Amino acid sequence: MINKLWGFFIIIGIVVGILSNQIDSINREMLNSAKVSLDMVLQIFPVLALWLGIMNIAKTAGVIKKFAEFLSPLLGKLFPEIPKNHEALGYIASNIIVNMFGLGSAATPVGLKGMRLLNELNDRKDEASRSMITFLVINTSGVTIVPTTIISLRMLHGSSKPTEIVLACVVATVISTFCAIIIDKIFARRNKKCLK
Amino acid sequence: MLEIISGLVIPLIVLAVIVYGIKKKVDIYDVFIEGAKESFELVLTIFPYILGMMFAINLFLNTNILFNITTFLKPFFDYINMPVEVLPMALMRPISGNSSLALLNNLLSTYGPDSLIGRIGSVIQGSNDTTLYVLTLYFGSVGVKKIRYALWAGLLSDLCGIIISVIVVNLLF
Repeated sequence: MINKLWGFFIIIGIVVGILSNQIDSINREMLNSAKVSLDMVLQIFPVLALWLGIMNIAKTAGVIKKFAEFLSPLLGKLFPEIPKNHEALGYIASNIIVNMFGLGSAATPVGLKGMRLLNELNDRKDEASRSMITFLVINTSGVTIVPTTIISLRMLHGSSKPTEIVLACVVATVISTFCAIIIDKIFARRNKKCLK
Repeated sequence: MLEIISGLVIPLIVLAVIVYGIKKKVDIYDVFIEGAKESFELVLTIFPYILGMMFAINLFLNTNILFNITTFLKPFFDYINMPVEVLPMALMRPISGNSSLALLNNLLSTYGPDSLIGRIGSVIQGSNDTTLYVLTLYFGSVGVKKIRYALWAGLLSDLCGIIISVIVVNLLF
């Protein structure tokens, strides 16, 4: 699936690019994308190191486990395959909570750690498990409650009420996360049937 | 006010973790170093995945094909009362966070942040995430190759998210 999509993007990019006479920019984009991805990785590296360190303290002190216990009634429903009070649920809970504050940079390391623990529970290591997909879909639907970047962008453009979109964002994000969970459940159920 | 609160969140989280760690008699410094060390391995794992994805996405976006799709989809978006000007940004949102932010910036400076277009754009940017990036990063970090239905589920949720954003803005303002 991802192989086809990847190929599709590149083939369209090159063929359409050549046909519409953009050969220079194709060459430029190819080299540029390598540079951009290195920049991206270098940008997250220090943040990753810092938060993995802090979160390791939280884990050792038992905070992560507390989060897991606190949210376990809800998370148990979302992730039925994960044993109750498992560490992975703690990281998932922390990831969702940190994301809500719009702290994407702190949420990512926690989320990656959670994903890693989910994969440890996974029977087939190279294939995404149902729980891993559920976690991903919740994450991609964006659970941000305070969109700090957008508020500052709106200020920059002289909005009379830069924060007026916060309520709309909250409502939209809650409904769309709910939809994402339903979509995920439907896909998971269909997939189960196919496997049988 | 909001700025002060959001500025306080991270320092307070760190403070709480450190204080709680001391209370629980954790060797906080050693444990911190141990955790931070994991980042090396993680970064090395994710780099090839990010590189691969950026390569394909940049080549694809270079063709401006996303803007051509706009004309094609216009009737449908007229129907749900979504200004067609927002469409390129909305389509870009799941693919590239930085590009959609740049497009939002354009929308805000052209139409103003307090216009319908500005508001819808802001809410779409704020209530969704970059699906392709998150997928690459999260699955890449654990070396998952078969993603099964993850992409479809993610993109379908994005579509729902965009439509919901438009409806919510139309209802609230």
